[in-house]
Amino acid sequence: MRNSLIIILLTGLMLTSCFDPSKPNFQYFPDMYESLAYETYAESDGFSNGIEAQVPVEGSIPRGWEPYDYPDSNEGYEMAKANLLSPIEISDFNINQGKELYEIYCSVCHGDKGDGMGILAQREKFLGIPAYIDREITPGSIYHVLMYGINAMGSHSGQVNEEERWQIAQYVMKLREESKK
Amino acid sequence: MLHLKRILLVTLFFPSFGLSQEADIQEGKALFNTNCAACHQLNRKAVGPALRGVTEKYDREWLYRWIKNGTQMIKDGDPQAVAIWEEYNRAIMTNYPQFSNEQIDNILAYTNYTPPAPAPAVATAETISQGSDISVNIILAVAIVIFTILIVMLFLVQRTLIKIANASGVKIEAEPKRKIKPLWKTIVENQFIMFLLVVGFLLSSAYFTYGYLMQIGIDQGYAPIQPIHYSHKIHAGANQIECKYCHSSARVSKHSGIPSLNVCMNCHEYIGEYNGEEDLENGYTKDFYTNEIKKLYSAVGWDEENQVYTGNTQPVKWIRIHNLPDFVYFNHAQHAQVAQIECQTCHGPVEEMEIMYQYSPLTMGWCIDCHRESNVDKDNEYYQKVHEELSKKYGVEQLTVAQLGGIECAKCHY
Repeated sequence: MRNSLIIILLTGLMLTSCFDPSKPNFQYFPDMYESLAYETYAESDGFSNGIEAQVPVEGSIPRGWEPYDYPDSNEGYEMAKANLLSPIEISDFNINQGKELYEIYCSVCHGDKGDGMGILAQREKFLGIPAYIDREITPGSIYHVLMYGINAMGSHSGQVNEEERWQIAQYVMKLREESKK
Repeated sequence: MLHLKRILLVTLFFPSFGLSQEADIQEGKALFNTNCAACHQLNRKAVGPALRGVTEKYDREWLYRWIKNGTQMIKDGDPQAVAIWEEYNRAIMTNYPQFSNEQIDNILAYTNYTPPAPAPAVATAETISQGSDISVNIILAVAIVIFTILIVMLFLVQRTLIKIANASGVKIEAEPKRKIKPLWKTIVENQFIMFLLVVGFLLSSAYFTYGYLMQIGIDQGYAPIQPIHYSHKIHAGANQIECKYCHSSARVSKHSGIPSLNVCMNCHEYIGEYNGEEDLENGYTKDFYTNEIKKLYSAVGWDEENQVYTGNTQPVKWIRIHNLPDFVYFNHAQHAQVAQIECQTCHGPVEEMEIMYQYSPLTMGWCIDCHRESNVDKDNEYYQKVHEELSKKYGVEQLTVAQLGGIECAKCHY
């Protein structure tokens, strides 16, 4: 009786002290722990490249997404700047949403005030970010740049959806107006 | 804007400064960093060409015209202008008509400037630090030798003292041994102490066994080695990039999402090498981090030399750390966006983690505890009506998540 207790105690101590942080802990009866269906980003034998997350077929349109006709070129940029108009109304709600999104996705480079002095510029990781006030921009051109990126700025279309892009554009225009004062 | 003002001041009040033959490299550097560096690097291709040695390739007058109004030159069909425009994917360079020739001279001087190598200073620092290491070691060794000599001497002294005592006829008698019962025998024979000991032993082993059984299947502290050493400490800590910049789907979906590599490339197309702080103790040198960025480039198929995507991509096998069992539903958007809970509440101080680890136990008890303590957001339109009625029913002013049904089984298990 006592011997068995000692053995249990010692093995218990041994097992708890040997937890290896680079490996997951073991599970007891993991019947319903692991998903039978493929999990997001998991490996899968179902596809030739072995990945569950497949790129959608070319030309497919996600629900609620509208095609964007302006091409990713200088001409497209000029066209969007001149012709593309925001479909959302200017409202406090949209401005606030735009502010929230701007502070997540833009501030880090462009700065909270849109002066091009975000934390990455201050720390000299990213240089030469223009202040909005020094550039001729319209909501259309902002949307276009968020969609495709420009020069050293990458596309952010994967991170913010159509409506969110317009909200950000609205907020950027507001920042630009404010920095004129 | 401030900067322009400064330049204006300089040119207004110190005209000799601008006119002097020696171009001001500091001024040039500042101008370069604010205006050119978004697209040009000194030593490597970026959006535009590398600028070191650009004065040798082009005529200075041509450069003045190009920087002030390059677009016009392309329109006019200047052969050199059209050639460079075609070479760099027809990216248009911003015109800088506000620059004076002197300012452009300063920028060009900076592009040809090589700072004096700081190598000797580094070397001396190293030797000094090495020297101090060595001296500490020497001091330690000397101290050890002295102590051993002291101990040996003490023994020798004792032996000689005993010899002297014997010689002078003093007898040193060992104390007579009394017969004592050993301690363990007393304890074994005392039934009461034995009883207490057994009870204590049983209780403590039960405690440890229970503790052991309860941590089965819990991965708190799990910190796997990822294929690319991504440091949250550098990105979220030092550079203060918002969590949701990369994990953007946490705002809108069940998953927080592992960012796809194009999100990395939003910054790393530009940032090709690491120039921040090093952690030499753990081997995280600048070269180490730069090498990790190269891993990203090879995975995403980015040809750094020519600044183009090769299309030859290789998925990165990230190892998932936070994993809930399949039988429980959890939604990031509901917590991070609707309830506005800070990511750190559950994920811990991620901005300090060089290596990401699981901070919370992610057990059901842990979920429930938080649901019992957290208040429902009364101002949220969606909850206003239900909050009004339920709070009347319970006779409280502020409902917790639990009172709103946050501990119902079917909220998470269905």
